[in-house]
Amino acid sequence: MQASDKPGPTTAAEPWRDPAAVPYIRIRDVSRKFGDFTAVDGVTLDIHRQELFCLLGGSGCGKSTLLRMLAGFEAPSSGSIFIDGQDMAGIPPYRRPVNMMFQSYALFPHMTVADNVAFGLKQERVPKGEIRERVAAMLELVKLGPFARRKPDQLSGGQKQRVALARALVKQPKLLLLDEPLGALDRKLRESTQFELMNIQDTLGITFIVVTHDQEEAMTLATRIGVMDQGRIVQVGTPKEIYEFPGSRFVADFIGTVNLFEGHIVDEDKDYVRIESAEAGCTIFVDHGVAAPPNAALCVAVRPEKITLGHAAPARTGENCVQGTVEGIAYMGDMSMFNVRLPSGKLVKVTQPNLVRHAEDAITWDQRVWLWWDPASGVVLSA
Amino acid sequence: MSQPAQPPPGTATAGGAAAPRPRARAFTLRLAPGRGCVIAVPYLWLAAFFMAPFLIVLKISFADQLMAQPPYSALLAWSEQGYLTLKLNVGNYLFLARDALYWTAYLRSLEIAFCSALLCLLIGYPMAYAIARADPAWRGMLLMLVVLPFWTSFLLRVYAWIGLLNNNGAINNLLLALGLVDRPIVMMRTNFAVYVGIVYSYLPFMILPLYATLEKLDPTLLEAAEDLGCRPFRAFLSITLPLSLPGIIAGFSLVFIPALGEFVIPDLLGGTETLMVGKVLWDEFFANRAWPIASAVAMAMLSLVLVIMVFQHWLERRAAARA
Repeated sequence: MQASDKPGPTTAAEPWRDPAAVPYIRIRDVSRKFGDFTAVDGVTLDIHRQELFCLLGGSGCGKSTLLRMLAGFEAPSSGSIFIDGQDMAGIPPYRRPVNMMFQSYALFPHMTVADNVAFGLKQERVPKGEIRERVAAMLELVKLGPFARRKPDQLSGGQKQRVALARALVKQPKLLLLDEPLGALDRKLRESTQFELMNIQDTLGITFIVVTHDQEEAMTLATRIGVMDQGRIVQVGTPKEIYEFPGSRFVADFIGTVNLFEGHIVDEDKDYVRIESAEAGCTIFVDHGVAAPPNAALCVAVRPEKITLGHAAPARTGENCVQGTVEGIAYMGDMSMFNVRLPSGKLVKVTQPNLVRHAEDAITWDQRVWLWWDPASGVVLSA
Repeated sequence: MSQPAQPPPGTATAGGAAAPRPRARAFTLRLAPGRGCVIAVPYLWLAAFFMAPFLIVLKISFADQLMAQPPYSALLAWSEQGYLTLKLNVGNYLFLARDALYWTAYLRSLEIAFCSALLCLLIGYPMAYAIARADPAWRGMLLMLVVLPFWTSFLLRVYAWIGLLNNNGAINNLLLALGLVDRPIVMMRTNFAVYVGIVYSYLPFMILPLYATLEKLDPTLLEAAEDLGCRPFRAFLSITLPLSLPGIIAGFSLVFIPALGEFVIPDLLGGTETLMVGKVLWDEFFANRAWPIASAVAMAMLSLVLVIMVFQHWLERRAAARA
């Protein structure tokens, strides 16, 4: 799990940091109820032009319903959606400046690849010559030129995915919605397609909203991620913000792997906090302040890769340093995941890169080991 | 297996020259007769109950009519010189071709069958579509309702229509009681009654294949069409209709072909204006006892159906190739 490196924070690349910027898509307090069940619950979200925004959440969290409301297949029970300043209330799907790439691709089986891509332009009564040119250009962009005369069932999964993308992009929508765009592809293909998708978005400058349950996909693709849970947006931020500074236990737990230590504040100032944790069996020192009363029950999140593991005690023991017994090792190639049992009974996950092929003093099962981490590694979570 | 090759016990070596065969081969050989028996059953059935009667009718269609028992001449006979002679009489077919009555009967049958199939399609398509889009919990029930009339005898159901369509039948009585008409509308013994009977009887044969194709249709295809700027009705024309073409063709043939030779419905509900092949055939056979002519009528009818089925097969293959 790694956060992708985006260009440095400038307001041009990160318009959401600019308070004067006008959002391109404004979702205002949108809810959607199905009988007693609230699928989407009071979502307010601003998305800027040319963003690649990922809605991330588990199944049933309401992300697909939100997407279908943007496409016009569902009407919000309350709230409003504006795209480029235009209120979308009562506008049917076929009149919205929005196109969607369906999870199942929904390619028309009785039409060739070229006819599938041309379908949207034909509805607009674009002149024949122009349709031919635009379809050819779009098929070129997704590298499907030689497959124009094939039927969808003569294509591989990856090719179908690209036809679906081309068909949704050819109308140059103001907003492209992608429902689990890479979900049906195998891992290798998914990785290469992710970058292709980002390049295409960069070339065309169309605003993308991607729905996914795959956090790795969201991290790689997104300019910003909106994490959803039970119909609500729980955190919005860049992949790095979401990973390094999760706002709640849910987000910390959902994105990547995390160790959560329950505890209470024993000492605090505006730029540090000390937390006594029985679960960790030590005092945890975190180098950022928290807005919480003294003695408040909190929890500290530490990512597995930020913990160091060793046979010998570190130079400084005491704070952010505990001992435990190795219970399990999962070898994953580039790194190994260690499950370490603390005296309190808490199981801590630690990942270590496998830098050398064969280490003489490699940590193995049932060994007593030291674990320690930097004060900058912990994140205090109150929610 | 390092011992010298020896034929396994029970394997006969023909002429002593053949090397022992691989075991797998022997196994399939032993199985083959059993397989043949399984396949033979339907073939025997078809030979006995389809092919033999067909050949008998074909034979009679080339015979002369006789006032005898059976009322036709034999094709094969020993001549006085002791030769076996084959006498084929194509007169029956020429008679059919020359008499306008038969031409009219065939054309009217084609017309009635075609229009009935079209009416079934127009009525059946919305029904099949509604069932396919209904709540899955209701679908089984709705399909059951479509098939339910089959639980009653076909003949009884056609008779029931007489009670409904008669001058003093239920429909006319209702219209008179409501004061909508002054005197009964004549419906019985008209082409209208024949259409009602055929469409009513064959509607399930249209709905079932249509339902089968419409039910398989992915509703997200329609959402995708709408998303690309297509209005719902155009989406129906450009997505649903072409994708349900195999069902339309199947349903159309299932109504058209039996309606073409229909006898009971035009006989019970139709009048003198209804001239259909089935009825002509019946009259020739039973009223005129003209077995050779009746057989020729049947053969001509069969060739007509064959031509239609070949055409339908071609249509289906084209639709399958396009889909």
